[in-house]
Amino acid sequence: MSFLAYAVAAWLLLIGLYGVVSSHNLVHLILCLSVVQASTYVLLLAIGYRAGGKAPVFADIPLSSRVVDPVVQSLTLTDVVVEATVTALLLALSLQAYKRFGTVDPDEIVSLTG
Amino acid sequence: MSHRGRRGLFLVAAAGLAALLVHGLAGLPGVGHFHGRYGLLLAHVAVPERQATDIVNSITYDYRGVDTMGEEFILFASAVGLVIVLRRMRGERQDDDRDRDDASESAVGRPSQTSAALRVLGLALVGPVLVLGIYFASQGQLTPGGGFQGGVILAAALILVYLAGRYRAMTRLRPIPVVELAEGLGAAGYAAIGVGGLIAGARFLLNFIPQGSMGNLLSGGTIALLSAVVGLEVAGAFTLVFAEFMDQRRLTGRRQ
Amino acid sequence: MSSTVFPALPVAVPFLGAGLLGATQSLRRRRLAEAIALGAAVAATALCAIDLVLAIRHGDAVAWFGGWQPRHGVAIGISFTIDPLGAGLATFVGLLTIAALVFSWRHFESVGHVFPALLLVFMAAMMGFSLSGDIFNLFVFFELMSIAGIALTCHRPDEGAPLQGALNFAITNAIGGFLVLIGIALLYGRTGALNLAQIGAMLAGHRPDGLVLVSFGLIVSGFFVKAAVVPFHFWLADAYATAPTPVCILFAGVMSELGLYAVARIYWVVYAGALGAHQGTLRMILLTAGAVTALLGATMCFLQHHIKRMLAFATISYVGLFLVGIALLDSGGLAGTAIYVVADGFVKSSLFICVGIIQHRRSRVDERHLHGLGRNLPFTGIVFFVGALALAALPPFGTFLGKSTIEDAALARGYSWVPALFTVAEIITAAAVIRAAGRVFLGWGPSEGSGLPGENRADEETSQETEGRSDRTPALLWLPAVILLLAGLAVGVVPGVDRVAQAAAARFVDRQGYIAAVLHARPPAALPAVLVRGPTLADYLYAGGSSIGAVLLGLGALVLPRRSHDSPSIISRRARAAASWIRGLHSGHPGDYVAWVTAGTAILAGAFALTLQ
Repeated sequence: MSFLAYAVAAWLLLIGLYGVVSSHNLVHLILCLSVVQASTYVLLLAIGYRAGGKAPVFADIPLSSRVVDPVVQSLTLTDVVVEATVTALLLALSLQAYKRFGTVDPDEIVSLTG
Repeated sequence: MSHRGRRGLFLVAAAGLAALLVHGLAGLPGVGHFHGRYGLLLAHVAVPERQATDIVNSITYDYRGVDTMGEEFILFASAVGLVIVLRRMRGERQDDDRDRDDASESAVGRPSQTSAALRVLGLALVGPVLVLGIYFASQGQLTPGGGFQGGVILAAALILVYLAGRYRAMTRLRPIPVVELAEGLGAAGYAAIGVGGLIAGARFLLNFIPQGSMGNLLSGGTIALLSAVVGLEVAGAFTLVFAEFMDQRRLTGRRQ
Repeated sequence: MSSTVFPALPVAVPFLGAGLLGATQSLRRRRLAEAIALGAAVAATALCAIDLVLAIRHGDAVAWFGGWQPRHGVAIGISFTIDPLGAGLATFVGLLTIAALVFSWRHFESVGHVFPALLLVFMAAMMGFSLSGDIFNLFVFFELMSIAGIALTCHRPDEGAPLQGALNFAITNAIGGFLVLIGIALLYGRTGALNLAQIGAMLAGHRPDGLVLVSFGLIVSGFFVKAAVVPFHFWLADAYATAPTPVCILFAGVMSELGLYAVARIYWVVYAGALGAHQGTLRMILLTAGAVTALLGATMCFLQHHIKRMLAFATISYVGLFLVGIALLDSGGLAGTAIYVVADGFVKSSLFICVGIIQHRRSRVDERHLHGLGRNLPFTGIVFFVGALALAALPPFGTFLGKSTIEDAALARGYSWVPALFTVAEIITAAAVIRAAGRVFLGWGPSEGSGLPGENRADEETSQETEGRSDRTPALLWLPAVILLLAGLAVGVVPGVDRVAQAAAARFVDRQGYIAAVLHARPPAALPAVLVRGPTLADYLYAGGSSIGAVLLGLGALVLPRRSHDSPSIISRRARAAASWIRGLHSGHPGDYVAWVTAGTAILAGAFALTLQ
């Protein structure tokens, strides 16, 4: 059971990539990218977990308590907010696609090939 | 490539990638048995050194402050990029917002179209949400929270105004130049505080303000300051993003 | 040296400038904005140059941010570890950014505050990337580079093509970033450290197991997406074709090369200790990737008619050659790659500026539509033609010096096919550029299409970058082109360049020295004096062959098609079918590109996992 979290992360990665590859809708594609992002967060947080550990905030617990790893939490925290704006940027691009081509199907919006 | 070809290529590749991931992940210690020295060390020394009880934010704004500066600028760049994309789409040049004031007259979502419950609750909650946002942004060194989360909640307060149907009020509350100012100052402010550390002790991002005592609001030195500055920038960025999307929607609504 | 003044300011000053520019957007003081941006860029470049000189004279500088020195051998802060190659790369970034800013001054009619601000952020990200010594910090700057690059690519009026370029750029680079992050997570799970030197110290001496090899594969694949190695390269041509020209200068000159820099840095510091016994196999894998990239890039380059896409594929081809240099896994190959990257960056930037001038005067970028329209732009034509010859590694240019250093290193290891590969790739890419030059500036060759299927509407898509034609080329447009071309020449001519590069490369591959400097504050030493053999006669012959071959092929391609249309032979039919199949793979569809990235990752990481154990 102790590898379940890692397996979840791997599954999210693969299914998110599948969504990106087989998508017919740009908005769906961008949200599948979010799923891939989520897999990285799950992996990071699962790696940092310590059995029986508390949150690394010592406001009301003794300084010698066992806490989970704070470094991965810091990495994930900033990443989450940042990737939200990146998703916003991509969605703005898909808005532009809709305006220009009348559709958000990746097959239809291709104008440069070869 | 055809749709089937693409999917076929991916499925074969994904099978290989899955096998590789299993092979690689198997080398990790089981979940719950992590013994990384870095995290353990920081968990023990951060409180005595910085008098900040929230270790995660000490790491974010102090031990690994340069990472946060980079992440903050990712926010800045993507908000700015989004503004370029959406403003250009309107056929305006990016620095012309005369159109905005005229259009607020014929706002989509006039008060009579939203339900009474939403209107009342929305407006009533704006105040508490604002306070909550400021609380989070300023307490980062003590409890979970900090600039990123606080900034998002502050931006959410503005969205509540929109949901309550007061579109015109919302546009007046967030004049775009002020929002851009907030965002830019937040971004530059982080670098400026870092340079302050450079001036004070020849170390960029040195925590050069007195640390205070643990549990106090004024503890953690520059952690609180950096957290506030990040909160300003995040609030500005999210407000800008939301404003641009809403203007887009309003224009599409008007044309239909 | 433990002060962080010089290391930190190249990143802090542009960030400050960008934030200020963003804050004052509504004031719309264009000249002031550009002056601030230029000032910040010049300051940052000067600081990086100071870092470079200090690194050469006094050895690697390690700067711990926030004053967090390592404790008991555990790194707790983020470090910038500045060695000569990294500082040199950062200085190069600064120089190209100054060129891009100066060029954009006149190229765009209205720039506003946002474009310079984004350029500053982009530059700061690239500088931080070159100087950083922490793996997550590398990732953060990698993401920042991507986002700033995407935002800059979007910087165009409402059209279809920038959209496709920006979208494909965003989606594939995002996935590349996730791959790197998963690799970092695996390494953190094993070592509990994020500092490059510390991870390297902990992995060294142990046999590499599945986790180490898979993390290596994922990280290398992610950075190969940025570097545009085959099959991760599809997004690059779309992005270049649609990004504004000043931005292309930075993309082509240095952004892709930074991906390779990261691979080299991470290999030498983190993995070399564990993988040292398997160097030969690793060399073969990376050499194969480099060779395939070089040849595919060259072929696609020749098949293009959109000049910016042509230069994009030329960049991909050269990335393959740089990868071959790095793949030799020794300091000779690395030194040659460093020289080659800088010289090629200058030359390519100059070529892109020429394209920008053509756009400025004629509003088009397809060579067939531009047929003969460049006749009264002789100066630009000369610069363009000389640039093409420099691409073919014509002897005094720095590209020749870099190429010959790599070839000598390869021959010393017994890879005798490397010079031939370089020559072939250079001939084909330079010939394509010469063909374009002949068609545009001299009016030679047929003015209609050469019959290849899959033509695109690229021309109309890129016409509005400069908002209207103009009849004179302002000095601020052609001056950077000439200066950059001369800089490319200077790299090959200034004495001591190869000596410094060899010494810097020797420092780069010294893993023990790096770790000692970072973790144990061992006092750094100045660069050792290195004895360097100059290019040999064989190198001159190869270079001469590639230059002459490029001219012949390029001009021949203009003259011959008239005859082959009449009776297409079986060979030419097969060749056309193959060409159109390869072009068809570059379909512009993001799903395709991601499928190829997945395939490439599986192949590369699989090769590592299977053969390096």
